[in-house]
Amino acid sequence: MDASTAHSIRVDGSAVGGVVEARNLTRRFGSLTAVDHVSLSIAPGEVFALIGPNGAGKSTLMKMFTTMLPPTSGQAIIAGFDVAKAPQQVRSHIGYVPQVLSADGELTGYENMILSARLYLIPAAERAAKVAAALAMMGLTEARDRLVQTYSGGMARRLEVAQSTLHRPAVLFMDEPTVGLDPGGRRAVWAHVQDLRREIGAAVVFSTHYMDEAEEVCDRLALIAGGKVAAIGTPAELKARLGGDATLDDVFTQLTGVSGELGGATP
Amino acid sequence: MSMELSPRRSVLAPVGDYATQVWAVSAAEVTKLRHDPIELISRAVQPVLWLLLFGQVMAHVRGLSVGAGSYLDFLAPGILAQSVLFVAIFYGLSAIWERDLGVLHRYMVSPAPRSALVIGKALASSVRGLSQAIVIYLCAALMGVGLSFRPERIALVVVFIVMASALFSTFSLIIACIVKTRERFMGVGQFLTMPIFFASNAIYPISLMPTWLRAIARANPLSYEVDGLRTLMLSSGQSQFGLAFDLAALALGLCLCVVVATRMYPRLTQ
Repeated sequence: MDASTAHSIRVDGSAVGGVVEARNLTRRFGSLTAVDHVSLSIAPGEVFALIGPNGAGKSTLMKMFTTMLPPTSGQAIIAGFDVAKAPQQVRSHIGYVPQVLSADGELTGYENMILSARLYLIPAAERAAKVAAALAMMGLTEARDRLVQTYSGGMARRLEVAQSTLHRPAVLFMDEPTVGLDPGGRRAVWAHVQDLRREIGAAVVFSTHYMDEAEEVCDRLALIAGGKVAAIGTPAELKARLGGDATLDDVFTQLTGVSGELGGATP
Repeated sequence: MSMELSPRRSVLAPVGDYATQVWAVSAAEVTKLRHDPIELISRAVQPVLWLLLFGQVMAHVRGLSVGAGSYLDFLAPGILAQSVLFVAIFYGLSAIWERDLGVLHRYMVSPAPRSALVIGKALASSVRGLSQAIVIYLCAALMGVGLSFRPERIALVVVFIVMASALFSTFSLIIACIVKTRERFMGVGQFLTMPIFFASNAIYPISLMPTWLRAIARANPLSYEVDGLRTLMLSSGQSQFGLAFDLAALALGLCLCVVVATRMYPRLTQ
């Protein structure tokens, strides 16, 4: 069964059985509660940002969504599958671009793509064509036969996106996808992700420090602080709460008491 | 999703899928070796030195009773087993390295079963083991070791090397999952290799050992690899335990290691 057919969108825009459903999701490490009763719902095709300082719990949340870390309590349903009960099913319906590069630098771009095509069981007869199309879409055709260790940061990031979406996932998770990239590289990554989203209809869930970037590309965002969701909504909704010409930074400071200087927060 | 949509898949399709995912991992490793073959060549230096230096000197020790054939005959299969061990035992280091680089993440978030990842890595390590075998066969032949080149024996030597490489590299992966950092692994790796090597029949017969050490050697998978290789590589080769028993011992060890490693591998990324 294709899980995405199970979703319907209510009139108010919130999803019934969204493509990502977290209910009281909690993760403790010893006495530290990294993620504390997080509940949120992300609709199919939505671009959703998780914003918060280092140590707020974004990465832990992302790890639970991608089945890399089991929840201590609560539930996360991704594309209709429970991360704790059916992790392998979850994994075949998601793409994940981790914060550190996961493409193999000692392989070429093309070889990396073939590796992913095999891992995600793209039928052998379609592999070459799908890989070529995905590389073209990410603007990497010229560089396909170069070792990935010679790629620029932006190229490597685009390859990551390509290799994690070959199987047309229902959700693409990206952990700090543009950290360390120059503005041109950031724009290129986002332009390609938006193209891809239009083509395969995947929801995109990403974590970031950059308020401006989140505001520019996301449909909705969640402000995360102290392992909890401090606020959730569209950028316009959140700013309207403070009124006037408030920025998202102001909203964040107001809601969490943490300075909006996110990058400077201690982990 | 592509996995679930085609209605005409046969009951064997899951087996094919599993094999594809195992091959995905192995093929990537082999491709990397092809890009940088220097590593294979540099690794061959050590076993050649053992044969040339250690072997030549020890061949003159009187009273070292190794049965039929010369000491060099006795030593060559032991050195092959040793070099397979030394290459495989540091495989866990590359797993930790992959974790640090982030490469391991992509494997872990893929739908490939963890056991397919473990087996794929294990098979890839045998490519290094087999390249060692070629060098050692050449060197041993030049030194006048009484090698057998009968095809069915060579084929079985390949089987033994593949199984032993897979076993020791998977064992190494388990260690990596426990210690988790490169620094600690380096220490533990050194600490483990020597006992496995010396508490085996690689460079002297088990019959020379004190009783307590014999017991350890009999529980050591390396002893069964060496026994198998000694039987198959030498034209005068005679098995101490029986080839079938050697193979069964290696298979049992390999299965145990794969089961444990499959459970522990995901811990590396947590």
